[in-house]
Amino acid sequence: MGYDLKMRVWRGDADGGELGDYTVPVEEGEVVLDAIHRLQATQAGDLAVRWNCKAGKCGSCSAEVNGRPRLMCMTRLSDYDESETITVTPMRAFPVIRDLVTDVSYNYEKAKELPAVRLTPRDPDGKRRMMQVDVERGQEFRKCIECFLCQDTCHVVRDHEENKQAFAGPRFFLRYAELDMHPLDTHDRRQLAQDAAGLGMCNITKCCTEVCPENIKITDNAIIPMKERVVDRKYDPVVWLGEKIMRRGDRASREEI
Amino acid sequence: MAFTPTGPHAERRAGDDRRQSDRRHPMTGNRMDPGAAGPHGGIERHEYDVVVIGAGGAGLRAAIAAHDAGARVAVVCKSLLGKAHTVMAEGGIAAAMGNVYPDDGWQVHFRDTMRGGKMLNNWRMAQLHAQEAPERVLELEEWGALFDRTHDGLISQRDFGGHRYARLAHVGDRTGLEMIRTLQQRAVDLGVDVFMECTVTELFTEESADRRRISGAFAYWRETGRFIAFEAPSVVLATGGIGKSYQVTSNSWEYTGDGHALAMRAGASLINMEFVQFHPTGMVWPPSVKGILVTESVRGDGGILKNSEGKRFMFDYIPEYFKAETADTVEEAEGWYTDKKNHRRPPELLPRDEVARAINSEIKAGRGSPHGGVFLDIASRRDAEFIRRRLPSMYHQFKELADVDITAEPMEVGPTCHYVMGGVEVDADTEESIVEGLYAAGEVAGGMHGSNRLGGNSLSDLLVFGRRAGHNAAYHAAKVGRRRASVTDEQVKQATADALHPFEAASDSGGGGENPYTIQKDLQDVMQRLVGIIRRREELAESLADIATLKERAKNLSVEGHRQYNPGWHLALDLANMLVVSECIAKAALEREESRGGHTRDDFPGPDDRWGAINLVLTLPRGSDEVDLRHQPLPAMPEDLKKLFDQ
Repeated sequence: MGYDLKMRVWRGDADGGELGDYTVPVEEGEVVLDAIHRLQATQAGDLAVRWNCKAGKCGSCSAEVNGRPRLMCMTRLSDYDESETITVTPMRAFPVIRDLVTDVSYNYEKAKELPAVRLTPRDPDGKRRMMQVDVERGQEFRKCIECFLCQDTCHVVRDHEENKQAFAGPRFFLRYAELDMHPLDTHDRRQLAQDAAGLGMCNITKCCTEVCPENIKITDNAIIPMKERVVDRKYDPVVWLGEKIMRRGDRASREEI
Repeated sequence: MAFTPTGPHAERRAGDDRRQSDRRHPMTGNRMDPGAAGPHGGIERHEYDVVVIGAGGAGLRAAIAAHDAGARVAVVCKSLLGKAHTVMAEGGIAAAMGNVYPDDGWQVHFRDTMRGGKMLNNWRMAQLHAQEAPERVLELEEWGALFDRTHDGLISQRDFGGHRYARLAHVGDRTGLEMIRTLQQRAVDLGVDVFMECTVTELFTEESADRRRISGAFAYWRETGRFIAFEAPSVVLATGGIGKSYQVTSNSWEYTGDGHALAMRAGASLINMEFVQFHPTGMVWPPSVKGILVTESVRGDGGILKNSEGKRFMFDYIPEYFKAETADTVEEAEGWYTDKKNHRRPPELLPRDEVARAINSEIKAGRGSPHGGVFLDIASRRDAEFIRRRLPSMYHQFKELADVDITAEPMEVGPTCHYVMGGVEVDADTEESIVEGLYAAGEVAGGMHGSNRLGGNSLSDLLVFGRRAGHNAAYHAAKVGRRRASVTDEQVKQATADALHPFEAASDSGGGGENPYTIQKDLQDVMQRLVGIIRRREELAESLADIATLKERAKNLSVEGHRQYNPGWHLALDLANMLVVSECIAKAALEREESRGGHTRDDFPGPDDRWGAINLVLTLPRGSDEVDLRHQPLPAMPEDLKKLFDQ
């Protein structure tokens, strides 16, 4: 049943801060976000935290729980011993705004750099046809809730602010892969993924896949295939040219941008 | 968070914001650097043609439409882009595309919608909605949405309560996420300016000869607590609903009725506020997830409801109104899933109001599940692979949050406050309110759904009327041209003082005032207990008295800390909206002496034809903080549409 949870929560802003010690009464079946909310409602009314759906669907309440990137709404207290102190800190890869809230604008800037989908014209009846099997790969990537935990954990940027300029991060490699696998898209973004988005900087340690709350196989299903596709383009100009001239395969309808 | 290179982030990237942040007023958090002494008292100002408030499905669709019509558009939203409540929508988008059943068409969808709303819908909105929804879905596909497919490669459509044919375009059970991401990516592609984590507290208006007209909006950045004034001749409200005024709700913290309240204070009217939809199936256990939505698709895909005695009880609750189209034996209901021509629908797929009341009755009669719900069983009816494929996020949600494997055991579910049918009264074709230049679309608008909304009709509503509102807002701005109303410094000063009031009150009372979290909790308790699924006169009267007391208490709110990302302060400002909207709901619920759709009166258990022709209109008279209510006849449906109901 209920017990008193010992918590340490990072309080502070861009100028610095420290872990505050709190004791919060919690109930059976609760998650870390419940404890944070109770703390906010009863002891620290100005504790800054992002959240929306509280059901693992919106990806707002990302933080690090005992050092591990997690969604607070999907981290159950029953996964920890009742005597254990739970430490909650903001995502480390992004600048702190206040308490558990970080400045994630990096991700929104990267999103702007990615050329959107441009489909082939509709069929004569005004509809489009795609087979379920062909949309399924993209659908897996579109499960992404943009919690940015993959970005947070990625060692290319986690402690390397200087890499952010040249590196879009796993969330956007997902997006490049999704569009490259879209059955009706007309753009070829492989060069862009490699050069502008820094796909080459990823050395597939799979940290992103491990923290993904949607269990998207980011490395295996998106990054590695995307790397292969980039290599195809790089080292096999004959195949590329052949596709272009013979209008063979998916590539034929795509324009490089 | 700003999403424009000229917003505060540009400043911060330059690195000076951090250092200057030291120089803040100790109480208000106001920046004390020279920037605070500009011509407008340091308040950031922007001029746009169209300002859209809210970045859910309706807001983003409106912004895209306004942009396409040539307007300069800003979207202002309380959360980060892509986090709006639309993301929680699961089942699908209702649109009579006829991909699965060629017999489907807008007339059938129109009829289902009107009957689901117990004929209290604005007929013209229901007609436009049914006619335009299919093209809006195809547009999403154009912008990158990947819907589930039929065998011949078309967009697949699934069954839902109250819809005669399988009609909902969907992506597993995460259709809302797909929709918001698609619209978000489209808006980014078009370069629409987005002001994220920026909350609007007031609309600015100007008196003109015959009616008030919009001149702009006032907001604060959640991140810094600094204020921002928008000047625009057109404002589109797309702020969603009011669910946070209830204890058990599927809605997020954002759903505090902001748009409803902003509209009223600007002089607009609300209709249908007595109609609140309690979704029949929310999670009931564990306590921390109570209220979280369990999609209707579970029932559309074969799930059934059972009580503690194992009885499939919905057969006992088929109302006269839907008898002709509902199966009354298990055999017929079972046949329907595969042969819709020769079988009527299972009673589990009655409209939501009917199912929610039935569940409520079963629980009250002592036939509930251990945690106070009923059982929703799909495990014994479909194989595990099918369930995981069709309902992946339900599988995940129950597994992670409740330790329940829905492929092996039934879920426990109960009603949860989900949606408000009522909202800003708008012109059906343009979505303009009675205030010139003020538009509303999506949940914040009223009329489309009558007394009860069918599942799936919300996402299509967002698209159809979001687009219409955006177009018309842009058109209005162009028409006004340079003859725009301006926002005066006096208005900005007043809005600033109002927004800072909770800090003032805190210092006046020496910090001993009311805690906003406590008042919110008390309000949720009042609404849940006295203005819930089943209502009666005495309780509604009591609720109005309680709300009046809470309004008094709210005048003495005390907020700790400073203005930078301070949820206590944000809630203090949202509370004023929640209180006025709750008063509207209770007042209209007390007035309407009948039961219809999302409004059930214990003391007036049946529908009444006289009430069926009346809308209740709520306004906030100038200078008053008490809601005014009047009766207004329902717009009359033309004869050619009436014929659709003869069959």
